[in-house]
Amino acid sequence: MNDLLTLPSYLDHPPEIAERITELRARPSVMCVDGLTREFRGSGAAPTVALSNVSFEVRQREFISVIGPSGCGKSTLIRILAGLDYPTGGEARLDGRAIRGPGADRGMVFQGYTLFPWLSVLGNVMFGLKMKGMTGRQAQRVARDWLERVSLGKFAEHYPSQLSGGMKQRVAIARALANEPRILLMDEPFGALDAQTRSAMQAHLLEICARVDVTVLFITHDLDEAVYLSDRIVVLGAHPGRVVEIIDVPVTRPRGPQQFLSGHFLATKKRLEELIHRPHGDGPAGDGEIAAA
Amino acid sequence: MNRPLAPVEKSPRLGPGLLAVREPLPKRASFVAGILAFAIPFALWCVISYVPFVWHPLVLVHDPGDTSVRGTYSYLAQGQLVEREVFAARNEELRRAGKKLATGERSNPIYLQAPHAVGRAMVTAFTTPPPRDGDMWLHQSLWKSCQVIFWGFLCAAMLGVPLGILCGTFSLFSRLVEPFVDFVRYMPAPVFGALAVTILGLADEPKIAIIFVGTFFQMVLVVANTTRSVDPALLHAAQTLGTSRSGLIRHVVIPSALPALYRDMRILIGWAWTYLVVAELIGEKSGISAFIYQEQRYRHFDNVYAAIAVIGLVGFGVDQLLALLGRYLFPWESGNTGLVRLARGARRLIPESSRLLARIAPIAKART
Repeated sequence: MNDLLTLPSYLDHPPEIAERITELRARPSVMCVDGLTREFRGSGAAPTVALSNVSFEVRQREFISVIGPSGCGKSTLIRILAGLDYPTGGEARLDGRAIRGPGADRGMVFQGYTLFPWLSVLGNVMFGLKMKGMTGRQAQRVARDWLERVSLGKFAEHYPSQLSGGMKQRVAIARALANEPRILLMDEPFGALDAQTRSAMQAHLLEICARVDVTVLFITHDLDEAVYLSDRIVVLGAHPGRVVEIIDVPVTRPRGPQQFLSGHFLATKKRLEELIHRPHGDGPAGDGEIAAA
Repeated sequence: MNRPLAPVEKSPRLGPGLLAVREPLPKRASFVAGILAFAIPFALWCVISYVPFVWHPLVLVHDPGDTSVRGTYSYLAQGQLVEREVFAARNEELRRAGKKLATGERSNPIYLQAPHAVGRAMVTAFTTPPPRDGDMWLHQSLWKSCQVIFWGFLCAAMLGVPLGILCGTFSLFSRLVEPFVDFVRYMPAPVFGALAVTILGLADEPKIAIIFVGTFFQMVLVVANTTRSVDPALLHAAQTLGTSRSGLIRHVVIPSALPALYRDMRILIGWAWTYLVVAELIGEKSGISAFIYQEQRYRHFDNVYAAIAVIGLVGFGVDQLLALLGRYLFPWESGNTGLVRLARGARRLIPESSRLLARIAPIAKART
């Protein structure tokens, strides 16, 4: 496929990566997705299977991406994990407890802009804190702190309608993280942004993850984004949505734009491309890789 | 190359122009159009009223001529309004008899009053006492009407808005309430007039009840629809931030729907004015409608127009006032943060509770 460039195998981990993978695997599990199945019953006889027996685990302070072609049930998966939808089979557990409905222990950043338009930027970040019963002053202090961390301290009194798309998503990230969730669920959060803003946001997110103790599950359809940000990538296949492979990303941290052209980055991306564009049904089933992961 | 530059040809207009599809008008044009919206109908009214050869189907008789001449049309009298054909026929009779001709000027029917007459009536209606003792002055009638509207609309809103929000939020309430409300909505409010009078008497209560019936059922459906249009993504976001079910209504549904609900209320107040006119004529006639009814019986059409215009002015004035208030109340839609800044400033003036406590605590300690 690639005659000009000899790429290393995506499975060929440099020593520091191998070390990090071992270290990651030793970490306690935060979220366990166990045989998750979701069927939608339409008017027709046969139900549509959006997710079929999806299993993987997310470990403490890990950045894990879920990627797949459209129709693979990425969004359904994250909605179930957020508690906004329910599985028809299997279950998802957070710290060993089955997920039943939404909760503040799973923060979420959506693709669309979901800031509350009637609250100022500060009010938006304070929202979850107040729901937790924190007093106004305390919540304000924490919220201002978070706004500084996403470099939006100056915009505390602005309304969301006065912000650009990238700024809105930064506020949304601050709002979710201020709640100190066990896991941050991100559903294609940069999908609606232009290319430049998106890469700035990716860099920003990497920076936040480096500084803050946070576990992230990130949904995307952008291969570069997945490789650039993640420790591991769960590749889903479509019709029905199922795990095709789970890839340990062999790119060292800290990550930077220069790595987009590194051999390991390209090799991983090439592998993702093969998996996603492969006609569904052939190739090894995902189960083996799940066990390996 | 020091030749002076040729004058730049005026480029064709780059703006969207006056007839651009779904584009905002230039500011000046928008202002002028807003004034024309009133000026054009007014000008038409003036033309019909003051230009003698436009319409004017009647003749106001100044002098009936020689009344001794007998004829089919000898009934002409001074100050009478007669059709042009009748006037011409009478003058024909007089001319044949060789007597003094009748004189008069072309005039419009009594129900079309000229602007100056209505303007004068609007002033005099407020300044002259009612013709009969016990009748109300115009401003009293108007105040009465405003009270009836206020109470009727307030009662409807106190019940209708919460019920509508419940229907818009929970499908159960929607199914329980809306079909019946939809059914009652098609019954015109005035048909309940007789019932209302029987149950509630002749005073203001049945009138308030009519306005309530007229607006409440519409309101429930309108509020429910507005509430349903709240973006579900906001609800999802709030849920992932740990909002409870009751918290969702209080902290997301209501604030999110509030600007739209406010606009709904503005429209529904208009409905209330419509029902007012019917409501005031049941039982004991009262308010501005009674005034109009009375003046119509006296054939004081200038006063009738004056009163109708006053209703329009009050309704329009209230709506514009509410629109202005809305811009301050919902700064996130209008960008007008005046009120918010004012509130923030006021909050700073009040000593914070902790500071206050710190001040009180030593005193309390000293006492014990």
